[in-house]
Parts: sequence; C-alpha cells; structure tokens
Amino acid sequence: MSGAEVSADPVMGRAPYQPSERRLAREAYRRSRTRRSALIAAASTLAVATVLFIVVTGSPGWPVTQKTFLSPHYARAALSPVLHGFVLNLELLAVCGPTILVLGLVIAAARTLRGPVFLPVRLLATAYVDFFRGFPLIILLLLIVFGVPALQLQGVTNDPIILGGTALVINYSAYVAEVYRAGIESVHPSQRAAARSLGLTYTQTMRFVVLPQAIRRVVPALVNDMASLQKDTGLVYIGGAIDAVAAAHIMVAGSFNYTPLVVAGLGFVILTIPMTRYADWLTRRMDRRRAQGGIV
Amino acid sequence: MTATDPVLRFESVRKAFGEQVVLDDVSLEVPEHSVTVLIGASGSGKSTLLRCANLLEEIDDGAIWLDGEDVTDPRVDADAVRRRIGVVFQAYNLFPHLNVLDNITLGPRRVHGVRRAEAERRATELLDRLGLAAKAREYPDRLSGGQQQRVALVRAIVSEPRVLLLDEITAALDPELVTEVLSVVRDLKEQGRTMVLATHEMAFARDVADQVCFLADGVILERGTSAQVFGDPQHERTRRFLSRLSDAGRL
Ligand SMILES: Nc1ncnc2c1ncn2[C@@H]1O[C@H](COP(=O)(O)OP(=O)(O)OP(=O)(O)O)[C@@H](O)[C@H]1O
Ligand SMILES: [Mg+2]
Repeated sequence: MSGAEVSADPVMGRAPYQPSERRLAREAYRRSRTRRSALIAAASTLAVATVLFIVVTGSPGWPVTQKTFLSPHYARAALSPVLHGFVLNLELLAVCGPTILVLGLVIAAARTLRGPVFLPVRLLATAYVDFFRGFPLIILLLLIVFGVPALQLQGVTNDPIILGGTALVINYSAYVAEVYRAGIESVHPSQRAAARSLGLTYTQTMRFVVLPQAIRRVVPALVNDMASLQKDTGLVYIGGAIDAVAAAHIMVAGSFNYTPLVVAGLGFVILTIPMTRYADWLTRRMDRRRAQGGIV
Repeated sequence: MTATDPVLRFESVRKAFGEQVVLDDVSLEVPEHSVTVLIGASGSGKSTLLRCANLLEEIDDGAIWLDGEDVTDPRVDADAVRRRIGVVFQAYNLFPHLNVLDNITLGPRRVHGVRRAEAERRATELLDRLGLAAKAREYPDRLSGGQQQRVALVRAIVSEPRVLLLDEITAALDPELVTEVLSVVRDLKEQGRTMVLATHEMAFARDVADQVCFLADGVILERGTSAQVFGDPQHERTRRFLSRLSDAGRL
C-alpha cells in the first residue's frame, strides 16, 4: 500500500453534487421498466376482462339471469329503500364496532393478568372466549332476540335492534379478544424485560410498551373482523329490523326479481373497501416512520 | 495493494435518506484476503455503507463492484449477489424461532441446496471450532450475547462467501467476550478471508486491519495502513477523532 491518502479538502473543496451519467441511465432504465410493467398490467387486465365478458354473456342462460338478477329497472327502484336500510347497518357498525374493540381488549388483558388474585378473572375471561367463540352467531341471535323478550323482564328492552346488536357484541368480542391476545403474545419477551427494568409496573408495561406494539401488529386482523361484523349486521333482520338486507328482501318477495339483493350485496362491498384501504394506509405509514426500511 | 483485482470496490457511492446525505462520495477498494476496517464517529455512515454493499439499501449514485461485476446495476439479480456476501449485523439478527443449528443451516440448505446431513456436519464443525458445540440445539434467546454473536458469525461464513461484512460485532459484548469474538475474526483473517468491518474497537482495528478508512462527512477522509492512520494521521479531523478516543482511554 502506498502512503496514506488524504482526499482534497473535504468540506470546502467538494463540488456541489451533480447526478452522474450512471445515475441518469439507471433512472431511465427503472422508468422504462415501470412503464413496461404498467403496460403489461393493462394488457393482461384487458385480456382477462374480455374473456370473462365473452364467457359470461355468451352462456345460454345469460338473458334470463340478466333479467332476474341485474335488471336496471329494479336496481333503480331498490336503491332508495336499500340505502335507507344501510343507515341501520352503519349505525349498528358505529356502535357495535368500537364496543367490540374495547371489550375485546379488556377481555384479552384480563386473560394475560398474572398472579393468584386474578385467577377468577382469568378463568372467567377464558371461559367467555371459549364459549362464545364456539357458539354459532345465528343461534345466539335467535336466542337473544326472541328469548329475552319471552322472559318479560322488567326494564329490559324488546327492541330487536338493540338485542341483535348485543348478540353481535357478545360474539365478536370473543373473537377480537383472541386477536388481541395473539398480538400481545407476539411481542418479544425482551420488550417486557426492558420495560420492567425501567421500573414500569406490569400495567404500565402493558399500557405503554406491549399493547402499542401488539395492536399495531393486529390492525389488519381487526379490520378483517370489522368487515365481517359489517356484513353480519345484516343478520339483525331476523328479529324484524329493517336494514339493507331486509329492505331488499321485502322487494324480492313482492316481485320475484333478485336485483335488489345484488344491489344490497354490492353496497356492503363498497362499504368494506375504504375501510380496508384505510387500514392498509395506516399500517404502512406507521411502518415507514419506524422501520429501518431498505429494499428487502 | 496487490496486483489482482479487488473483491469489492465502491466507486463514488452516494446515499441520502431524504434530505440527509449520509454517504456523499465514497470510493474504496477491498483487495482479496485483506481486512478493511471502517472507523468514524457514530452516525458517520459505516453501517449504511455495509448495507449498501449487501444491496439492502439502494444507492443513489455511483456503483459497487463485486468480483468485477456492477452489483448496483438494476438488471442484476440481488439474491445471487447476496449469496456471495456474508453479513453479521450489529444486532445479531438471529432467527428466534430456529435453534442454533437451524439458524446456521437455513442458508446452505434452502439457498445452496446442501443436504441436511452435510450442512449440519459442516455447521457442527464450525461451532466446535468456536467452542459452541454444546449449544447446537439451543435457541438464540437462551445464549449469551457473545455466543449469539459467534453463531451469527458461523451463519455468515458457513456458505463460504467471497467477502464478509461485519458491523460492530463486538458492540454489545464485555471485554472478555470481545477478545473471544475478535480472536475468531483473527482466525478468519489467517484463513485468508476478505472482510470489511465497522468497529469502535480501535485496539482491535489497529491490530487486524490491512487498511483503515476514516469516514466523515460522507467521504473516506483518510485511508491507509493502520500504522499510517493511527500512527501518523494526515488529516486534522482524523487526529481530533483519534485524540478524543485516546482521551477516553479507548485507544
Ligand atoms: N433507514 C434510515 N432512514 C433514515 N435515516 C437513516 C436510516 N438509516 C440510517 N440513517 C441515518 O444515517 C446516518 C448514518 O447511520 P449509520 O447507521 O450508517 O451510522 P454508523 O456509522 O453505523 O453509526 P454507529 O457507529 O453508531 O453504528 C445516521 O444519521 C442515521 O440516522
Ligand atoms: Mg452502525
């Protein structure tokens, strides 16, 4: 090796940065790859769509199917009552969703409590989850919506919407509690150790270190459960509440045209998509701020 | 420097995170069978440079050559490049769900297609040499820091990479373990492996390095043999950095 090299004055003497030929060439190449990918994506999508269109519209039963399931006339007629019904679905979601998220967290936290004093709490929470996760939602709904009024209890409501919502909350909080618990257990034990060594109590450790990490990890699973809940709010119609599904069903019964049900179904899809996208965006943003990143 | 081509070559590498330019214009050659040590203040970009070489970060400008191939070309198969590079991270990064043996044999078996028996034989041999034979079936979380670090070293060298990148592999260890891990590195040097390592362990850097690079302001401010850089630093910044260290008793 020759004598130590000292680069020319590093601070003052360095010319301001100019992208090199190499960088420009690389960027041009990457841009052309991106363009190519976009073209391929567009072409393949178009091809698949065309094939699907030809296969579906070419099938022998298509004209009849189109009339009974996709009639523009009935779709227009269904729009207003179905939209009206959706207000109920959204109200149920707005009330039950947060309740479930909080109740599930409480149950999950109860299950992770340590120490002999908490044994009954732990047992109760475990039994609750075990039971209601296994119990079919539809039976639970029927029992609560028709069973509770039959008891004729003083001061207890007979409102099918409230009762149906209660059944949803009971069932879903058991699921959501398990999602939280999985998240809590996925946080590496060294995190607890670090927090406890700072002098944080068990509760503080959960509150400030474990749960923030756990919840972040389970956001996609929770959104999944919320999307599922959103659809299941449709089940309250068995107690006589008029939601979007019930409204569509009433129209179908009168006309024997199934288009209103398709409209209601699509409505649920449209409601779910923004929720999922929002959650994706949220988790991505959280990751970007935190993670080292890199390209793998 | 030897007449043969360098194993790894950085050519005017530039890397910025947003507004912050971490590497401005870094050029460096790593000859075969040599040990290159990167020194510099915390945050000077040592880890970033190593991550760029392993294609974990995309560089903004310049190029990195491995055995004469421009690995930063967007057309290059990054996995094939990484197969030829062994890395030990500052934080070990062992897989907590796999035991020591499986951590080490994952690469050989899944990437290089080595049969399980053969991969385990080779892993056990290396573990044995590092005094870890008894821990082969243990899980990483149950090993001491020094043991984890040595396992990470074995994991990096088991597939015979062309070059080893070691990022502050002794940062988390007590002096005795530091000696232990560093003697492993010294052995690796004797076996003729090519290594680039970032370290704050100056005594060790001085001892093991064929070439020392002082990183500051996004460039390699000074480069030379350890006698040159530690004994007779040319640049004011290098002198200040080294005297700060010797004041702190770390030289
Ligand atoms: N993913 C990232 N996003 C944004 N900034 C980053 C990222 N990774 C590194 N940096 C910044 O780049 C600079 C160099 O970091 P680097 O880890 O390379 O330093 P280092 O020389 O290895 O320091 P140390 O000796 O403490 O390990 C730091 O200022 C750091 O904040
Ligand atoms: Mg570092």
